[in-house]
Amino acid sequence: MTAENPGTPVLQLTGITKRFGETLANDDISIELRQGELLALLGENGAGKTTLMSILFGHYTPDAGTVEVEGAVLPPGRPRAAIDAGVGMVHQHFSLAPNLTVLENVMTGTEGLFRLRSDTAGGRSKLLAIAERFGLAVDPDARLGDLSVGEQQRVEILKALYNDARILILDEPTAVLTNIEAANLFVILREMAAQGLSLIFISHKLNEVMAAADRVVVLRNGKVVAERATEATTKQELAELMVGRRVDRPVREPSAPGKPVLEAIAVDVTIGGATRLGGIDFTVHEGEVLGIVGVSGNGQTTLAHLVSGLVKPSAGTLRLFGSAMADGVQGLVEAGVGRIPEDRTSEGVIGELTIWENAVLERIGLQEFARWGLVDRQAARAFAARIIADFDVRGGDVDHRIRLLSGGNMQKLILGRNLDARPRLLIAAQPTRGLDEGAIAAVHTRILEARRDGTAILLISEDLDEVINLADRVQAIVKGRLSPAIAAEDADSRTLGLMMAGDWDFADKVRSHAS
Amino acid sequence: MIELIEIFGTAGLWAAVLRIATPLIFGTLGALLCERAGVLNLGIEGIMTFGAMIGWLAVFNGADLWTGILVAALSGAMFGLLHAIMTVPLGLSQHVTGLGITLFAASLSYFIFRLTVPLAATPPTITPFQPLDIPFLSDLPFIGAALANQTAPTYLAIATAGLLAYILFRTPLGLAIRMTGENPHAAEAQGVNPVAVRIGCIMAGSALMAVGGAFLTLSAFNSFFPTMVQGRGWVCIALVVFASWRPGRALLGALLFALFDAYQLRLQTVVGRAIPYQLFLMVPYVLSILALVVMARRARVPQALMQPFRRGER
Amino acid sequence: MRLERRAHRPLALVLLAPVIAVGAALAISGILIALAGAPVFEAYRQILIGAFGSRLAITETLTRTTPLILTGLAAAVAFRARLWNIGAEGQFFVGAIAVAAFGAGFASHWPAWALIPSLLVAGAIAGMLLLLVPLMLRLRFGVDEVVTTLLLNFVAVLFVSMMIEGPLRDPLAFGWPQSVPVPEEGELPRLVERSRLHVGLLIAVVIGFVIHLAQSRTVFGLKSKAVGLNPKAAVFAGVPLATTLVGVACLSGGLAGLAGAIEVMGVKGYVTTDLSPGYGYAGIIVAMLANLHPVGVIAAALFAAAMFVGADGMSRAIGIPSYIADVTVALSLLTMLVALFFTQYRIRR
Repeated sequence: MTAENPGTPVLQLTGITKRFGETLANDDISIELRQGELLALLGENGAGKTTLMSILFGHYTPDAGTVEVEGAVLPPGRPRAAIDAGVGMVHQHFSLAPNLTVLENVMTGTEGLFRLRSDTAGGRSKLLAIAERFGLAVDPDARLGDLSVGEQQRVEILKALYNDARILILDEPTAVLTNIEAANLFVILREMAAQGLSLIFISHKLNEVMAAADRVVVLRNGKVVAERATEATTKQELAELMVGRRVDRPVREPSAPGKPVLEAIAVDVTIGGATRLGGIDFTVHEGEVLGIVGVSGNGQTTLAHLVSGLVKPSAGTLRLFGSAMADGVQGLVEAGVGRIPEDRTSEGVIGELTIWENAVLERIGLQEFARWGLVDRQAARAFAARIIADFDVRGGDVDHRIRLLSGGNMQKLILGRNLDARPRLLIAAQPTRGLDEGAIAAVHTRILEARRDGTAILLISEDLDEVINLADRVQAIVKGRLSPAIAAEDADSRTLGLMMAGDWDFADKVRSHAS
Repeated sequence: MIELIEIFGTAGLWAAVLRIATPLIFGTLGALLCERAGVLNLGIEGIMTFGAMIGWLAVFNGADLWTGILVAALSGAMFGLLHAIMTVPLGLSQHVTGLGITLFAASLSYFIFRLTVPLAATPPTITPFQPLDIPFLSDLPFIGAALANQTAPTYLAIATAGLLAYILFRTPLGLAIRMTGENPHAAEAQGVNPVAVRIGCIMAGSALMAVGGAFLTLSAFNSFFPTMVQGRGWVCIALVVFASWRPGRALLGALLFALFDAYQLRLQTVVGRAIPYQLFLMVPYVLSILALVVMARRARVPQALMQPFRRGER
Repeated sequence: MRLERRAHRPLALVLLAPVIAVGAALAISGILIALAGAPVFEAYRQILIGAFGSRLAITETLTRTTPLILTGLAAAVAFRARLWNIGAEGQFFVGAIAVAAFGAGFASHWPAWALIPSLLVAGAIAGMLLLLVPLMLRLRFGVDEVVTTLLLNFVAVLFVSMMIEGPLRDPLAFGWPQSVPVPEEGELPRLVERSRLHVGLLIAVVIGFVIHLAQSRTVFGLKSKAVGLNPKAAVFAGVPLATTLVGVACLSGGLAGLAGAIEVMGVKGYVTTDLSPGYGYAGIIVAMLANLHPVGVIAAALFAAAMFVGADGMSRAIGIPSYIADVTVALSLLTMLVALFFTQYRIRR
């Protein structure tokens, strides 16, 4: 057993290749993981990181290549084989069932399928022992859906440890954590490495990788482009390797904000008895970007739905252009409000409809696209063609089904259908989620253009860098409440990190020279 | 007025309750098992019809009663396999597949029946299950009289409810089934094969449904005629929701429902011609709809119910 | 061996899918016929003769096609918006009884030009109302409409039975209970003399084309399609979910009710509990075979009607139970699902 010799390879991926249709997700990738190390797999969205790890764990079968764990070849395509070989995976979107208890989630599949009785007592004590050993406190009988996101992640990790994992894969583990929780997590991961585990974590966050990993492998377009020890490299170098060319994100010029366009005054939103948003106060002015930053799951979705016309305030007032905001989506669209939804595939477009139908659906009630209840196809198709041309949407023609477009192109279309009408207000919820650098730069350029033209923009984002780059003023959203606003000059990573963790006293001191 | 309450005192009512409940118990447990794994099996009405026909046909051709039940179960499993292949690996619409199987199984049962059983003035009959007189149970006060009149399959139904509850909540297999119904990707990530689990549950559930149908021809009545299932399958689907996907509650729900049905039948004789009999016959269906409304927002649905499992498409 | 999603659906396959489906269904039924000891090709030949072999046969097939077109459209319209209306059978019956009630009531002396449209509208409204109940339960309480529409079928048939044994009973009829007949002025004129074929066929076909145009050209058509494909995105785009579904339900329920009305006014002249040999359920199969396309429904309905009528003739000639037609038609629903699947996915080694 190599467990006693740190530094020897415990995992070897050789020549892994995987195709999805026409996309080559992994191209002849070879990687090695050494005993007791924390290896980071770095790359931007779409680089192939999750695919590679999914192959390792048996969710997918590679088209070519082998995986060796401690010298033995792992039979591909079966998670059971990976688990038996000591590989555990903490998925980005948790593999958990909210309706079952923590213990049930952990014990699934761990006993012989046809045993006459589940050994719940034994399972419970084993789980508590592991939790104790690694400092991951948990209540075995709690219903999983009742736990916080951080607690649920702990259960994900415990699942892997319960299965005696010696190699642990973590996919974007800090995506849903605050800075503090993320720091704690890495402490725990370090401890695991010290206790003999070997870990790989996937990330696209450079800071994290530099701070926590021993070595980093950089993936780009499905290929390994570099491998470095973190001590021997810099953020700069990694960024360039990750993206491959200098894609500069556009820079915000100074501008003077105008009149208030959207105001929220003491707004509460209660859905099904639960208070999702409480005491929301903000103002967005013409020609300004107000950034609302926060860790996912703190009420951003409800806030986006609130200002997009899908949800009504349970208390307080929303004012648009000075008067009370009309009910419902149609009113907003007619008033000149552009909305970019958080989840483009489930909310933003309808995959099986054509590009022109998607371009026009929101506005179908308006005169230009319909007459006497009949759709004016010519006008609609012309509109879509104009958007495709103006916003550089590639991959399909107006009559093609929109699901053929890549994520970035879909987002450009969504942006286009809103910005073409020169809206006075633009709601942008997670506008660059899941996009590669090129697409991100394109979206940011458009947003800043709109800002220059006087559009008021409410930007809701989990991406700190994006908010720092684009926003004139920033507020943090934590557990459904909004912090006071701070000015762009005062919004650096550290300050925002504190605000996102709920520490607003700092913000108060800063605010005194913001407004 | 007193007569309305007196009905509850008759042993005949309670005997009828158990008899009426039996096919409902089997059907509901079968549907429950499929749904716990995440698949809605709307083939139930057709599978119950086919089970009724084939069980009877086997006995009509000389087999003994338990063989008839077994034949029905196997045929149910076959239809279940067909449903499973379409809805699990292929991921086709569970609604439409189920309806298609109901129509196919029902029409196939009529076809085979008409083909093999000559048309006669009175439908041919077989000797059904005889009441099982369990010495200790029949001596119990009051319910003893009701129990003395029950046939073996009824006891089997009640035992199955207990067995299914045990399996679902106390065994690793049951946990695997429940996890598959809540989040098949999570099940897969733990080494469980959601496809195999779903196929197995649909087959087993369909076998149970068919046995419920066979009870109609091998115990409750003794002949087969088209449309004899009369929507009981759909009632079972409603009862699964009412039972919140728990076998124990499914048993209670079926008994409660059967109570209404048995009561309504006796009420007809008491009330006579004053009220059209059709109104009484409507009661079971209307009650099922009400049960659905009552449980609609409260029931804890298996989260992955109705979602096809596609490997890798998370 | 695994399944891979295709980038786009090959048009040829999509158009051929129903043909492949029907072919496969016929092949499987052929096996059943062979197992029953009858000559397969002869049986199919007899079905063809029974459906199209004589003037009487053709008119009979076309007569049977009419209600199937309408219940097929009812299902197609609803399913396209992901409204699972399985209650066409019940809606058919209440449409029929509405005609009897209305025709026997104050409208009984109206002239044909007023009576016929009124009866048709009455039938449609009755069907509409029956479907609105489950829809309201879905919108208000979140109750899945599949089971509620199914259960209501039984309630509707019982209700009709109650009516024709009670207030709407035909006092002059002996034997099986039947409703008062439709006044003569309310009967649909024949299309072909000395046959049962009536104007209802034309009405059904025209409606099919109108619905196709409405679905592809109108705003409502686009909205209802959006709601069926992705309700969440449709709501985000401002499509009013409840209103749209109500519109779809009125259309779907109305079509099924109309089917019942036309069957009474054109064929039987009165209502009995066996007015429909399962037209409502067969309509679902017809809709799926047509891939929910309104004009395709006409062709699919013709196929189903031909099978049913032809099998009656075949049964008399060869002795195989005519239920084989129901088996074949039901099978073609299953094979169509599989065929449609392969227009979206291919098998890869």
